[in-house]
Amino acid sequence: MSTAELTASPLDPADAILDDVVQAGDGWTRVVRARQTLRIVDSHGNQAVDTLFYDAHDHAERYSAQDTISAQRGIYLTTGSRLLTGSGRALMTIVADTCGRHDTLGGACSQESNAVRYGEHTRHMHACRQTFLAQALAYGHGLEKRDLTHNVNFFMNVPVTPAGGLRFEDGLSAPGKYVELRAEVDTLVLISNCPQLNNPCNAYDPTPVRLLVFDAGAA
Amino acid sequence: MSELLTPARVLPGAATWSGLLRRGFALDLEDLEGGANVALLLLDAHEPTERLNVPDSLKAQHVARITAGVALYSDMGRVIASVVEDTCGWHDPLCGHGRLEELEQRFGPSSYAEERNAVRRGAREELVLELAKHGLGARDMAATVNLFSKVTVDAAGRLTFCPGSSPAGARVVLRADTDLLVLLNTAPHRLESAVDWSPKPVALNVREVGPAAPDDPVRTACPENERGFAATDAWTER
Repeated sequence: MSTAELTASPLDPADAILDDVVQAGDGWTRVVRARQTLRIVDSHGNQAVDTLFYDAHDHAERYSAQDTISAQRGIYLTTGSRLLTGSGRALMTIVADTCGRHDTLGGACSQESNAVRYGEHTRHMHACRQTFLAQALAYGHGLEKRDLTHNVNFFMNVPVTPAGGLRFEDGLSAPGKYVELRAEVDTLVLISNCPQLNNPCNAYDPTPVRLLVFDAGAA
Repeated sequence: MSELLTPARVLPGAATWSGLLRRGFALDLEDLEGGANVALLLLDAHEPTERLNVPDSLKAQHVARITAGVALYSDMGRVIASVVEDTCGWHDPLCGHGRLEELEQRFGPSSYAEERNAVRRGAREELVLELAKHGLGARDMAATVNLFSKVTVDAAGRLTFCPGSSPAGARVVLRADTDLLVLLNTAPHRLESAVDWSPKPVALNVREVGPAAPDDPVRTACPENERGFAATDAWTER
């Protein structure tokens, strides 16, 4: 496996205009204004932070994993990755990353996919798409199930083998690692701090994450 | 139940098509000249907010390529389609359909006034337009699968398009496991590097194959698919 380039941020948490902790299984919704920066901190390590992005003024313009990975000719997100919509516009750019690799392929867990993957006994366990749907409905502005799509999994490591297999490997993350995204336009961010209890990726123990927002020029 | 598609139609290169494919019917696609690409989008014919979910399909089966034996899942934990035959071996679920902007960057501008129906159209724009014919739109788009195209991923995560993976006469057969609205676009794959714009035609044929039997090889491929098919059967036979 190649060694990822890591990029630390010059931003000081003391300068953040918002400093939230999101517990495991909880959600977070906010419009990050153009030129603001969002930092996501994997406080305890190997937590999956499932995240959706929309143009705050046109929700049909939303993050598209396929457009994003095709444009950069690679499946992993890290510093320099531009998160593109289905029509090719950049919503956010990753400007710092001390983890080095984030997943674009695995999507979010749901009650329905849990029942497929782990068995019927897991159907009523909490899942990311319950959080996404609840966050979307609570946000309003017409946001609903049809607007939910293929998300980013920050801090997750999902490599593809040369033969076309998909693997879920131990994350490259560790306590305190973070990723920072600068908004190119006003961007609605929906986060589900993954509650998954059936997957060894988080040692069956989902943990809190910290979210900080910085105004432009905070560095 | 009668066949709902006109049999053996030819879909020209860079064209878009949509149609209803009922549970138990199969869509047989043939790459007539070799090097075709077909972007595939599937929505439930009765409840279009339920649609092809590429991540759920990949992670249920631990695959990053589509071939015979692979099930395609909706976001609701049901198998909505199965690849029941494939002479190609690899169809790309990672890269998705291209946009007009990408064609303009590669080939320059193109206009109907100059080129009539050889005008270059973007797959994304055409698929959104096709969705609009069914009262749907950009909000109903989802990740697509590129039939007849192979893209590999190296250890650093880099994507490589593999030209020549689909010879003339290559076939893939997709069975509908629930009633589907199928959308197809035959623009070239967005990562192919051909110097000239040369979209390729495919032949479409529909035949009745029946729903997946208890010993169907896609159903029995893994415990996940057994559960996905059980969910589909329970839903469609209600």
